[in-house]
Amino acid sequence: MIKFLNPSYVFKLSGKLLNIFKTFLPPLVIVGLIFSLFLSPKDYIQGDSVRIMYVHVPSAWISLISFVAISFFCILNFLFKLKNVTLIYKSLAPIGLTFNIIAIITGSLWGQPTWGTWWAWDARLTSMLVLMFFYIAFIFSYKFITNSERSIKACAFISVLGLINVIIIKYSVEWWSTLHQPSSISLTNETTVHFSMLVPLGLMVFALFMYVAVIFLMKYRIETIRIKKKSIKKI
Amino acid sequence: MLLKKVKNRLSILITLSLISIFTIFLILKVLEDNVLYFYSPSEIKNSNNINLKKKMRIGGMVKKGSIQSNKSEIKFIVTDLNNEIIVSYSGTVPALFAEGKGVVAEGNLKDKKFFIAKRILAKHDENYMPPELKESLSKDAK
Repeated sequence: MIKFLNPSYVFKLSGKLLNIFKTFLPPLVIVGLIFSLFLSPKDYIQGDSVRIMYVHVPSAWISLISFVAISFFCILNFLFKLKNVTLIYKSLAPIGLTFNIIAIITGSLWGQPTWGTWWAWDARLTSMLVLMFFYIAFIFSYKFITNSERSIKACAFISVLGLINVIIIKYSVEWWSTLHQPSSISLTNETTVHFSMLVPLGLMVFALFMYVAVIFLMKYRIETIRIKKKSIKKI
Repeated sequence: MLLKKVKNRLSILITLSLISIFTIFLILKVLEDNVLYFYSPSEIKNSNNINLKKKMRIGGMVKKGSIQSNKSEIKFIVTDLNNEIIVSYSGTVPALFAEGKGVVAEGNLKDKKFFIAKRILAKHDENYMPPELKESLSKDAK
């Protein structure tokens, strides 16, 4: 277990993983896009505008999962003072924010031809926007608070509130009346997306998750090298 | 000694979480009218204090066979399968507005049975399927 936290082991492992992911990423993206744009049917109501789903849904999932992940590591750091994990959430947070914004923008582009509006202040959309602010606050907390004690406390505080927001995002379409439709994909109930559309969705989820992994590992490695350079300079 | 500090931080975290959950729950309960995007016809029927001057939204399904459109306005019935409200609207409707599909109307209630809409939004459900499948499903249904 301790071996996992050894920085040089982690660095080596990250390099190996990065090489694997970098090889598979371009073909995966291309195959995903071919299925999304050409090899899948249009929707019986929405026509071709349903294809935005293949970017919108993975992006939304990434922004939610990333926030849960950074909260997990931030709280771990707060409780056990594990300095090594700060690098994990510092590398992941900007990615989560980017995909949150992508989800909001693609959602807006999808909403106009289908609902008839670019935006609505319903529970789902509003809570996703709130998540964006949580991400920004989180990033500000570790970037601009120089006192490390206060920085960790601020990040932990934002994580707790943000996690409650993530739960609200997930259940907003069930608890309240919203313009956004209820979930189509469920682990427990029936999934109401046809198989011909689940294939491109699955491919794009896979592709975008791998993209996140690549960017995360690159950022993680750059920050590790930066820290090493700083400590060498001090000597 | 290390464990005591961790326990301390954990209890701070748990207390903070519980207070936050409780506070947010209360806020959402109090502001429920604003969190709800629309009311259903049944909610309108059952509510006692409706402010007719306040702009609001109602939502539900467009009742099959209820769309009547002439030059100046379009009239249709919004139903939630238990209760109905007649909606009148002048303007263009979104492309996905159709009978048997979801709709959200923004405007004012004239009375409990009649709604004057300033804006119509189409609400689509969570089902995604190709057109051929829908055709064969409705053929089977017939």
